[in-house]
Formats: sequence, C-alpha cells, structure tokens
Amino acid sequence: MESMAEFPNLIPAIPELLLASAALMFLLFGAFRGDSSTRTLSWATVVVMGLAAVFVISGPSDGVHTFAGMFVADGFGVFIKILILLGSALTIILSLGYIRDHGMEKFEYPILILLATLGMMMMVSAADLISLYVGLELQSLSLYVLAAFRRNSERSTEAGLKYFVLGALASGILLYGASLIYGFTGSTNFEVIAANIAAQEHGASVGVLFGLAFLTAGLAFKVAAVPFHMWTPDVYEGAPTPVTAFFSVAPKIAAFAVFVRVMMGPFGGLVADWSQIVIVLSATSMVLGAFAAIGQRNIKRMMAYSSIGHVGFALMGLAAATPEGIQGLILYLTLYLAMNIGAWAIILTMRRGTVLVESIDDLAGMAKNQPMLAAAMAIFMFSLAGIPPLAGFFAKFYVLLAALDAGLYTLAVIGVLSAVVGSFYYLRIIKLMYFDEPLEKFSAPAREVGLIVAVAAVFTLLFFLFPAPFVAEAELAANALFQ
Amino acid sequence: MQEWPLLTILTFLPTVGAVFIFVIRGEDELVASNARNVALWTSLITFVLSLVLWIGFDTSTAAYQFEESRPWIADGISYHMGIDGISLLFVLLTTLLTPLAILASWESIKVRVRGYMIAFLIMETLMIGVFSALDIVLFYLFFEAGLIPMFLIIGIWGADNRVYATFKFFLFTLTGSVLMLLAILWLYFQTGTTDIPQLAAIGFDPGWQKWLWIAFFAAFAVKIPMWPVHTWLPDAHVQAPTAGSVILAAVLLKIGAYGFLRISIPILPEASAYFAPLVFWMSAIAVVYASLVALMQEDMKKLVAYSSIAHMGFVTIGIFTFTTVGIEGALMVMISHGLVSAALFLCVGVLYDRHHTRLIEEYGGLVHRMPTYAAVFLVFTLANIGLPGTSGFVGEFLVLVGVFQVNTWIAFFATTGIILSAAYALWMYRRVIMGALTKEELRYMFDLNGREIAVFAPLVVLVLLFGVWPQPLLDVFSASVANLLDENQVALGLTEVKSMLAAH
Repeated sequence: MESMAEFPNLIPAIPELLLASAALMFLLFGAFRGDSSTRTLSWATVVVMGLAAVFVISGPSDGVHTFAGMFVADGFGVFIKILILLGSALTIILSLGYIRDHGMEKFEYPILILLATLGMMMMVSAADLISLYVGLELQSLSLYVLAAFRRNSERSTEAGLKYFVLGALASGILLYGASLIYGFTGSTNFEVIAANIAAQEHGASVGVLFGLAFLTAGLAFKVAAVPFHMWTPDVYEGAPTPVTAFFSVAPKIAAFAVFVRVMMGPFGGLVADWSQIVIVLSATSMVLGAFAAIGQRNIKRMMAYSSIGHVGFALMGLAAATPEGIQGLILYLTLYLAMNIGAWAIILTMRRGTVLVESIDDLAGMAKNQPMLAAAMAIFMFSLAGIPPLAGFFAKFYVLLAALDAGLYTLAVIGVLSAVVGSFYYLRIIKLMYFDEPLEKFSAPAREVGLIVAVAAVFTLLFFLFPAPFVAEAELAANALFQ
Repeated sequence: MQEWPLLTILTFLPTVGAVFIFVIRGEDELVASNARNVALWTSLITFVLSLVLWIGFDTSTAAYQFEESRPWIADGISYHMGIDGISLLFVLLTTLLTPLAILASWESIKVRVRGYMIAFLIMETLMIGVFSALDIVLFYLFFEAGLIPMFLIIGIWGADNRVYATFKFFLFTLTGSVLMLLAILWLYFQTGTTDIPQLAAIGFDPGWQKWLWIAFFAAFAVKIPMWPVHTWLPDAHVQAPTAGSVILAAVLLKIGAYGFLRISIPILPEASAYFAPLVFWMSAIAVVYASLVALMQEDMKKLVAYSSIAHMGFVTIGIFTFTTVGIEGALMVMISHGLVSAALFLCVGVLYDRHHTRLIEEYGGLVHRMPTYAAVFLVFTLANIGLPGTSGFVGEFLVLVGVFQVNTWIAFFATTGIILSAAYALWMYRRVIMGALTKEELRYMFDLNGREIAVFAPLVVLVLLFGVWPQPLLDVFSASVANLLDENQVALGLTEVKSMLAAH
C-alpha cells in the first residue's frame, strides 16, 4: 500500500517549481532593490521562462502522474505549456517600453505575469478538480491585478474591478459544478470520475450532468465564449494595452487547454451531453464575434470581439470531440498566438510621442508613413480573416476539416459564413492603412517590438511552406489525450 | 539528369521579381523606374519561359504533362502541379497579358509604383498557379490568395468609388469560395486525398454530388460571374485601374470556367449533368440581360464589363453542352475574350489617360485626331461582336453549333445576344469615334504613342490570326477535351449500370 506521506516525484513538475521559486526570489529582489530593478527583473523573467520551456521539452511527456495523481505531464501539456511560455515571454518584452512610458514601471509587473504563467501551467497539468481550481485561481488573481495595474487610470481600475467581480462569479459557478461532480461521483480525480461515469449503467446521473453544465459555464467564461463573453470588450479596452495583449493569448490558450482536458478526460464518456453545449457556444461566439466587431471604433474593443469570434472557431474543434478536432484546436491556438501577438505588437506601436492612440481611424494612411509596419499589419489582418496562404487560413482549415468529419455540417457553414462577415472589419483596417490619406505619423517603434512584429509576420506569411512539422506535433499532443 | 521543375519555376519566377522590387532602395523616382523595368523584364522572361512550355508540350496526349509532386500539408494533400491542353492555354494567356498590363501602366501609375508592380507580379504567380495546380487545396490556395493583390490593386490605384467596389469584389468572391472550401474538406475526409486526377477516378454518390456541386458552383459562378451574382463585376471594372481591369477580365473571370472543366465536370459528372439545364438558363438570362444592360451604359468601362458577362454566358453554355464542339467553342471564346476584353479595356484606358473620363458622351469624332487608335479600336469592337475573320467568331460559332444539338431555345437566346452585342458595341464605337469633332477639348488628343502601339500590336495580330487560323489553339486542347468527354461518358455510364444493378 502506497503511503500518503511518501515524498512526491518532483521531476514532472520541474518547470513549475522553477517558475515558483523564481517568482519568490524575484519578489525578494524587487522588495530590496525597488522599482528601478523592473527592467532587470523583466529580462530575468524572460530568461526563466526560456529555461522553463527547455525543462518542459526535455521533461517527461508520457502521461506520468505525481502529487497523488493531481498533476500530470503529458504530450498535450508540453505543447500547450510551450505556447503559454512563449506568449508570456513575448508579452513581457512587448511591455518594456509601455510600462516605462506610462508610469507602470513597478517591479511587481513581471512577477505578476510570472505567477499568472505558473498558474496557467498548473491548470494545464491538472488531473484533479482541486489542482485545476488552485491553478486557475492563481492565474486569475494575478490577472485581476494586472488589469488594474495602471492604478491612476480610471479605465484600468474599472477594468480590473469588473474582471474581478465577474471572474469571481465564474469561479464560483465552476466551483459549484465541481462540488456537484464530487458529490455524485465521489471523487475529484479525473480518472476516478471517468471510471465512475463509465460504470453507470444508465448513463450519468442528473447531478453529474448539472455539475458538468456549471463547470462548462465557468470554463466558457474563462475562454470568453458567448454568452459568457460580456467582460471581454470592457476588460480588453480598459486594461493597459500590453496586458490586453497578454490576456488575448496566454490565458486564453491555458483556458482552452483546461477546457479540452476536462471535457475529453473525466467527461470523455459524456461527449453526447456536452458537445451540444459546446456547439451552441461555438456558433454563437462566431456569429457575435463577426457582427459585433463591425461597429467598433476602438481597436482594442474590435480585437476583443475578434478574439470572441476566434474562440468560437477554436471551440469548433472541441465540439467535434475527435483527435482531429483537438489537433485542429491546438493548431488554431498556435497560429492564433503568432498572428495575434503580432497584431497587438503593432497596436502597441500606435503612439504619438508617448501617448498611445486606440481609435482604428488613427491607422489611416499608415502605409505611407510606415510601410513595413503597415505591411505586417496587413498580413496579420488578412491572416485573422483566414485568407490563404496565410497562417490563419490553415488554422480554420483544420478545425473545419474536423467539424465536417464529425458531421457538424451546420456549424461549419455558420463558421465559414461568419468568417466572411468577420473579414469585413479586418479589411477595413487594411482599407484605412492603404487607401486613406495619412494622418500624423506614429513614433518609431522600439527595437524589440519591431523584431517581434517582423518574426510574427514572417511566420504568418510563410507558414504555408512548412506546415507539416507543426501539424505532426499537434497530432502527437492531441493523441496524448486519447490514450 | 534531373529534369527542371519548369512549372514551379514558371509559377514562382514573378514572385522572385516581386521580391527584387521589394528590396529596391533609393530615391522615389529611381525606385519607380527600376520597379517598372524589373516588373517588365520579369514578366517578359516568364512569357518566354511559357513559350518553352508550349514548345515542349505534347499535343497528342490528354495526360498531364510537366507533372511535379511533392509532399506538402499531409498525406493526400500534396504540392501537385501539372498541365494539360486546357490549362496550357490559360497559362499562356496569363503570361502574355501580364507584360502588356505592366506596359500599359507605365505612365498612368504615378504613385506607389513599387507596390503596384509587386501586386501584379504576385498576381501573375497566383494565376499561373491556379491553372497548373492538380491538387484542390493547392488550387484553392492560389484561387483565394488572388483576392489579396486584386483587393489592393483596386483599392489603392482605383478611381473615386474604389473602396466600395473593392470590398464588394472581395466579399462576393470570398462568400462563394468558403463554400467551396467546405466541399474540398468534405472530399478530403471522405477519400483521404485532394489530388484532382485521383478524385476524378472515384465515383461519388450522386446525392452527395449535388451538394458538392452547389458548393463549387457558388465559388465559380461568382468568379465567372454568372447572373445573378454578377453585380460585383461592373463596379470592380469601373473602379479598377486599366491594367487591373485587363487582368480581371482576361484571366480572373476564366478561373471560374476553368474550375468547371477541371473540377466540377470530372469529379462530379452526374451532378454536372443534372444541373446543366440550370446553368443553361442562368447563362441565357445572363447573355440577354447583360447585353441589354450594356446597351444603356454611359460609361465605356461598364459597357465592356457587361459585355464580358454576356460573353462568359456563352462560355458556360458551351461547357455544359457536353459536346466536343461546345466545349472547344467555350475554350475558344475564353481565349478570344481574354484578348479582346483586355484590348477593349486598354482602349478605354488610352482615352482615360488623355481625357480623364470614361463617359461616352464626353467623346465623339476621335477618328479625326486619332486615326490609328480608331483602327485598332475598330478591330476589337468587331472581334467583340464576333465578326467572321476575328477570333470572336470561331468560338461563338462553335458554341452555337454545340448548343443547337442540345437545346434549341438556349441557342435562340444565345444568338440574340450576338445581335445585341453588335448593337451596343457598334453604337458605342459610333458615338466615341465617328461623327464630327465638336468638343473643343478633344482637339488636343494625340494618337497612340510607340509604347501603346507595342501593347496593342500583339493583340491585334493574335485576334486576326486566330480568327482565320484557330488550328494551333484547337490542337492544343482537342486531346484534353476529348478525354474529358470520354471520361464523363464513362462515369455517367457507370452510374447507369449501378442503378440498373440496384434495381434488380
């Protein structure tokens, strides 16, 4: 009999332990050295994240469990964690100039991102509802603070408060669902829950289904799927721009990963029950994302609705509930990371002096003032619209393929048609940049921002030349969930 | 010795030129003139290379030639290129017209010359790619990616109402093609391949074929464009810069018809036969309606645009007769229309460059000041009508012969279109060129310069040459057309056998 006091195997959790200890050390360092150490700490955080990525890659990926079955390291987790670390590290680099210019150069900034990243990695690796919740809350609490980080800005504090109140509500709903599931299956462990559900002769009990519905609602809030999306535009608009950029990639990817892991893992036997919920979430998100973005004049709000639309598309992969669907979803997240971080990097360059402008009309004539940046933005916009041969097309390609394969014809048709509607507002950005007369020129972008834009643009543009390795890796990651 | 991947080189050579233009640095003037020269030379070399392709092409076989295949996205979705007689002509049409389009924009495009030339060269790559792709996903990639440069060409260098026109163009085409994407994906997960020759060998369930056919039809019908989804075309043509109209009318419209021949008919034979009457009537309406609308146009470009819709109606009628003459006629109409409509848009462009209006009423009596121009314009006006001795006649005659065997009423309406085309084309010619030169400002119009003559000369020669000697063109595609129809008959026969067996 395995004793409870046995010391857990720490090897699968090395990256998380690294991040946690680094966060504590950096906190001490910052406390002694003050805000002047922010820049150093930022780069140190990036280095730590890089190290963690190395450990993730070289660490176990064969589904080994540890911490009494609460933590799992598998191929799916590896892939997602690399995306998360990449997204977080890029955001920190993008933030450097902004936090300096906006009086946000506090040493807590990189540490909060580090803690949020730690939370995301924990929830991605969670194999138990408790560890899932702990990771999720560590992430969420850090994000609430980050949203309100520009504390002398009314909008930023409002965004933080709104995010906190609604986020806490969602966490409560999720927790309620988890408690119902625990009550009706007798465990919080994913494998035990799955075994319990499989053992039921007449399908899952009503209590489990209720719990599942609440859990789904909570997770849908975290990925910002319609009808749990209301917080997104306000928080995206109010939060400091680099924080918004962060929100739109890393936490979204992590939330998706948890969504997938919970649905395919403990509730893999109830696909017929939850897939109908996911189909509705997916369809409504795509449609609302496409239509609501048209009326937006603020580019951050527009990107918020755009992200809702993309969430709907990615959810299509989950709705298919097949290995191909999950593979498509993972690829979608990967490519979305590239084009979205690029687009946000350009939004961060929309400055006159040190003032960041946010109206999409400010982009007018950018092609004349800054041809290279405008070309990159055009690439990102065409890609987000899903026009081949850019990366965004392949993202849609794989989820649509999976959806059709799973017989979700109506959803696929809704998807492509809302993509057409959605392409309108992406095209409008291009129209402003290329067809309209220029306004006052933006200040030159910082070097690191320009570099990120260039790399993201080249990746988005040339992905079609080498899709195979990414597709293969995503396939491996997806298959890890179906063993 | 390994053979040169000629098709790939041909396809991506213009892109290489575009990259060169992209890296040019220096004074604006210098950049502009360098960009023009690089673009012209790249497109000329591409043209010469495509002639090599023609010389090396074996006209006696219907098999795909110059085939290349490399693994690409996944098993079954590969980079598969190859041409048969049908594609070869369109490749040649593309490579011929691109240098002419670039030459035609030599002086009329003054701003952002570099971007303009890059857009045209990228466009050329994508057009050659569409016509040489033998994998549907690859085809789709080239097909859809063409929206990006065209969107920018119309939007940046177009006329006053260009934003509306280019959005309409983009959204119409995109709507059609996303449905095609779903059909492609369906084919892929059903069969595990998107290779066109392989798909053509599989017989799909006729019930599913209808849905797939509709999805493909949505994409191709918008692209051609067929009535009633043609409304983007007049707007796009009127607003586009001259060279943009040339490429749009001469090559892009053909992609839809090419899609019928390459995808719809070989892969979905039963559905194609089932829907043929629908296509017939839509085309007949297009021919008559577009001709009538053309009659009332005051804008020359709009008139040519509606005339394009009418001519493309002939093409779709010819294709869906499923007869050798019909399809060969449709191909001839496409080649001829590619040359003639391009030339007509160039003719309008010549006037626009000098007088900055496209309204018919602003002109009159130009023959007194521009005799060479009047002669050139006359040749193309008559070719547009389909006068015997011009390339327009051969195709339209063959189509009418083909459709007469299948459906007399359609033949009747199509013939009406020819009469109407004489009416609108000659009427425009009379109002613009003939009569007394009464308008004061027209007295300073000057005749074609050397560059413009160089643009028109090859088109005049080809239009007249193919009018009296179409044999070289017919030779190129006759084997492929015969093969297309044979396989179509076999496929339809198999279904009949299957249904007979099922009945027993």
